[in-house]
Amino acid sequence: MSQAGTAADIEARNAKETAVAFERAAVRMGGRTIWSDLSLSVARGEFVAILGPNGAGKSTLIKAVLGLLPLADGRASVLGRPPGEANDRIGYLPQRRNFDAGTRIRGVDIVKLGLDGARWGIPIPGLPSRARDAARVAEVIELVDATVYARKPIGELSGGEQQRLLIAQALVRRPELLVLDEPLDSLDLPNQAAVAALVRRICREENVAVLLVAHDINPILSYLDRVVYIAGGTAVEGSPEQVISSETLSRLYGAPIEVLRASDGRLVVVGQPEAPFVHGGRHSHD
Amino acid sequence: MIEAALFQGLSWNPITDLQQLFAFQFMVNALEAGTIVAVMAGVTGWFMVLRKQTFAGHTLSVIAFPGAAAAGLAGLPVALGYFSFCGLGALALAGIAGSRRSLSAESAAIGSLQALALGLGFLFVSLYHGVLNGLDSLLFGTFLGITSRQVGVLLAVAVTAVTLVVVAARPLFFASVDADVARARGVPVALLGFGFLLVLGLSVAATSQITGALLVFALLVTPAATAHQLTSRAVLGIALSVAIALGVTWLGLALAYFSVYPVGFYVTSLSFAVYVGVRVGRFIARRRQDVALAPEPA
Repeated sequence: MSQAGTAADIEARNAKETAVAFERAAVRMGGRTIWSDLSLSVARGEFVAILGPNGAGKSTLIKAVLGLLPLADGRASVLGRPPGEANDRIGYLPQRRNFDAGTRIRGVDIVKLGLDGARWGIPIPGLPSRARDAARVAEVIELVDATVYARKPIGELSGGEQQRLLIAQALVRRPELLVLDEPLDSLDLPNQAAVAALVRRICREENVAVLLVAHDINPILSYLDRVVYIAGGTAVEGSPEQVISSETLSRLYGAPIEVLRASDGRLVVVGQPEAPFVHGGRHSHD
Repeated sequence: MIEAALFQGLSWNPITDLQQLFAFQFMVNALEAGTIVAVMAGVTGWFMVLRKQTFAGHTLSVIAFPGAAAAGLAGLPVALGYFSFCGLGALALAGIAGSRRSLSAESAAIGSLQALALGLGFLFVSLYHGVLNGLDSLLFGTFLGITSRQVGVLLAVAVTAVTLVVVAARPLFFASVDADVARARGVPVALLGFGFLLVLGLSVAATSQITGALLVFALLVTPAATAHQLTSRAVLGIALSVAIALGVTWLGLALAYFSVYPVGFYVTSLSFAVYVGVRVGRFIARRRQDVALAPEPA
């Protein structure tokens, strides 16, 4: 009996510490299996990147985490609940187009929407909750180093500045899991590294689990705890060194793949059907 | 003919001129209707500009024209024509938007609807055989002959529309600027889009009765666009949009009263002047800022 109690305790603690757990999961859309046999485990305070070629199903995994797509097979839990049931504890940043230059809405208002955007009615002036909300918005904007430009119209800000404010919006409700779909896509290389450093810092300081979909691993490589590489209809999870290796990727793609490490530490993947790492590699040859 | 005696023309004495404006019931009705319409158009217009639905708003205003003409032809109150056609138009637009086609296909579909509406309006007016000499006022507005009953209807519609927008203000704002995130947070984005088009249809129908179907934009777009230029703060922007709409309506009505030119002309010209003034002002302010920020020549 005591054995069972201990096991239950361990399970409960695991549920508390494990933000995302997928076991041999599969997703099918329109009769086609996107991926199967996908296992994944992300703990609180852990920074995990989802990598893979275009069309491999990276965004599909995000949708499965948010419960927007049902699993065809396997098991999944997100923050200790079935996917979709704990979405109010998830900060989600969808794959993003930038705000166009004509959007004359202040960054701080965009961040505030993360807090009260789903509430009906209008805020009553003078209520203590309003001051509390304003303080939280200011705090989270400070956390992403956006205080200087948060009161400017968001359309006039650079891609990196907009991305920081959007991360602040995703963080403002103190989520336990942060899901970022290609947040680095529209940024130049120094900004990609800066935003990745910021995400890592938030991940550690706020003890948030982070799932980040990325196209290019090199700018974020040094900040990651683990990677999930989706390709060939399935996925491999592990440390960047384990996963981004000639052996693992060759097995995943079912074709000979070579991973080279440039002298500056950049990884260059050669021979894959569609090569997302090329652009980091090109720089290392300069 | 006592009323004719009361009309003295512009005396250039602000107090007697103001007294004149309120001396006739038709003018009081016009000012009341104008005020109601301006508040409603200011609020919904701000969201319309934010949501980049100006083209949809324009189409609703064009749809208002055959509505009014059909009502005139059938011997029904013109307001009924405005509201029923704008309501149906909003449903059609929501249907087009809901079919999730590409943006270009959507605007082409809206444009086709617009052409059909204008053609229908012209047909109804022709069928009326010129007895409907109010074609000008249907298209370009009038402030004559607004009854107290009409004012009551406008007030009821405006209170409904503004209340709906206020209750849905934050989710609507969220859905307008950031639909994907709003959807993920459980905001009913599609329902809000549909509801907003209906409210926009109500606003257009109400505004049409003052400015005419073609000049609706003077109150619905221009003040809102000016407010977006002036401030990026949401609540202040809505307040400014309403204030500008009110200002140009009151001044436009007063000018139309004292002159031979129609109210639609004054309201459009005034709001356009405010818009141009603000854009020029912002351009100059920006140039100054750039000069101030530019590094000093070595």
